[in-house]
Amino acid sequence: MKKPKVAFFDFACCEGCQLQIANMGELLLDVLHLIEVVEFREVMSEKWDKDFDIAIVEGSITTEHAVERIKKLRERCKVLIAYGACATIGGINGMKNNFDLDKIRQTVYGKDYKYFATIKTQPLDAIVKVDYYINGCPVYIPEVVKVLKAALAGLPYAVPDYSVCVECKLAENVCMYEKGVTCMGPITRAGCNSWCINNGNLCYGCRGMVSNPNQNGAKDVMEKYHISVDAIKNKMDMYNTCRELKDEQKKR
Amino acid sequence: MSKRNVKINVEYLTRVEGHGNIVVDVRNGELNQCELQIVEAPRLFEGMLCGRSIFEAQHITSRICGICSCGHTLASIQAAEDAIGFKPSDQTIKLRKVLLHLENLDSHLLHIYLLVAPDLLGVKSFVPLIDSHNKVVRRALRMKKTVNDVCDILVGRHVHPISSIVGGFTKLPTPKNLDAMLNLLYGMQPDMEATIELAATLKFPQFSRDTEYVALVSDTPEYPMLSGEIGSTDGIRMNKKDYRKITNEFIVPHSSAKFCKLSRSSYMVGALARFNLNSEKLVPQAKEVARAIGLKPKCINPYLNTAAQLVECVHSLAEAIHFIEELKGKGVDYSQEIVVGIDEKGNIPICAGNGVGAVEVPRGTLFHNYEVDKKGIITKANCIIPTNQNVNSIEHDMKKLVPEILDQTDDEIRLALEMLVRAYDPCISCSTHFLNVKFVNR
Repeated sequence: MKKPKVAFFDFACCEGCQLQIANMGELLLDVLHLIEVVEFREVMSEKWDKDFDIAIVEGSITTEHAVERIKKLRERCKVLIAYGACATIGGINGMKNNFDLDKIRQTVYGKDYKYFATIKTQPLDAIVKVDYYINGCPVYIPEVVKVLKAALAGLPYAVPDYSVCVECKLAENVCMYEKGVTCMGPITRAGCNSWCINNGNLCYGCRGMVSNPNQNGAKDVMEKYHISVDAIKNKMDMYNTCRELKDEQKKR
Repeated sequence: MSKRNVKINVEYLTRVEGHGNIVVDVRNGELNQCELQIVEAPRLFEGMLCGRSIFEAQHITSRICGICSCGHTLASIQAAEDAIGFKPSDQTIKLRKVLLHLENLDSHLLHIYLLVAPDLLGVKSFVPLIDSHNKVVRRALRMKKTVNDVCDILVGRHVHPISSIVGGFTKLPTPKNLDAMLNLLYGMQPDMEATIELAATLKFPQFSRDTEYVALVSDTPEYPMLSGEIGSTDGIRMNKKDYRKITNEFIVPHSSAKFCKLSRSSYMVGALARFNLNSEKLVPQAKEVARAIGLKPKCINPYLNTAAQLVECVHSLAEAIHFIEELKGKGVDYSQEIVVGIDEKGNIPICAGNGVGAVEVPRGTLFHNYEVDKKGIITKANCIIPTNQNVNSIEHDMKKLVPEILDQTDDEIRLALEMLVRAYDPCISCSTHFLNVKFVNR
């Protein structure tokens, strides 16, 4: 069997999700038996200008230039995998959408801010069709392997559409709300095995929201623990700002 | 010198973190243009921090860079704690030092094995090495995985650490955890020996340019990484609060990036700078390795930054083990475990203030500076990362190097320049505020 050609690309991001590949250890060599990596700028000088089977794309779209680049990439690949929170939901880059773009650029760059072309942060699927989603900030290696297997076999992969709480309960954590902490677990998609809460932190919602959050349940929780809507909104404005952008686009 | 023309345009330089181009233009043997252009999409972190609580700053700023997320974490926490006048406990400081050494080890190993070694072995990436140098590749991946596994135990994961926050740690290692970390680190020692042997066989390019080297310095016997004052090989010594007087950021019309300078036209930060300033404070094993590979302060060949990283790997492995052994010997005080969102409970008193974090991360001195109001909300943020400080030095090196190697082919010149930039281990996605970027139209 011919090995499928795989290429890695990045847009605005920290490249941490690509680094997770190098963090697989010797398992990476097993993966490399199955695929041919033709381009991966962060660790390879080889470049590939032809078509390929699978594109694994990290980062969000934040410039007009990036819009054109992702469209061209989409034309060159059979399968496109959105890789990491920046690509799947806009991620932490979306925080800038909470600001007026002129003002925030002025804050950082001063009077020369116009040199820094920028548009509202968008996830990949706001521009092109995405075939597989690997959520998380950063991605969770066991899920990466699962999705890669599915993509290589041509099978669909469904991201869990239940909340992080399900996995958190299985991990036997004390609920963050019981500690008086506002946590995004109840409305965030599972699949990370409640990574952050297992380590004593809260869920920031990096995997995006479940498609049908239990609003009444959330209301009850907020009332029980005296949590304001603002506290939840504040946390939603970290990873999940692009959600509103997508809703706007749907309405159009 | 030959009267030839050379035009080099390396778009999207590979095997570095982030997006940069090298542009060189030589006409009739005269150097017209020689630049490292930064084409990273602006991410506006300093703007995004405004209006956020200092307790959220670590989570946000660790996302500036996946490779140095632990370094950003520590600089961010230090700036936040400095702003509100919070003093971390000895135990917390010790655990943070372990984290910083793991970060140093992880990043240096990635750089030495996966980013630099392919050049020295004459291939384009580590992929061809899987067949030709299988043992070496396996060792590299194994060592990296080991450091990652230790980080997993200590802070949940290496990329975007979870449990290290303002005030301390949300999860403290159990005695079993400490043993597991020690087992992993002691188990890594034979691989480190093999790494040193390999390094002794690598030939680095010959080149030298005398410049100023900047790093944390201190009066204690410890190799300063997490605290100290800022010092230079030209005799500067300043409090971290005066970091702007160190970096002196300025704009030059021809250039793509905001430049830094101190006593001379440029300065260098990173492993080589730290070695040049503090080599006598390295652990004996690391000093031994430096002697064996012929690295002596003051070394002015930037290509040897990679060699200094190797020396630091030996140091960081030994120090990580040392601090974990100390924690084990003394016993961890679990009453210090903190609950995230502790601000909401008022356990840490908050006041208005201005705080600076200055931490030696793998690529050099990293500064975070936050101004916070009386509720602990950030009103102003500034981050100056090592690569920002090094770009000026890289360009000065390139300008000296190109005329010296004009008798070589274009491909050889291109490779020498790429290797030079890579030697600095630039982390371009970190670069939070480059100015006057000339975007290359593609």
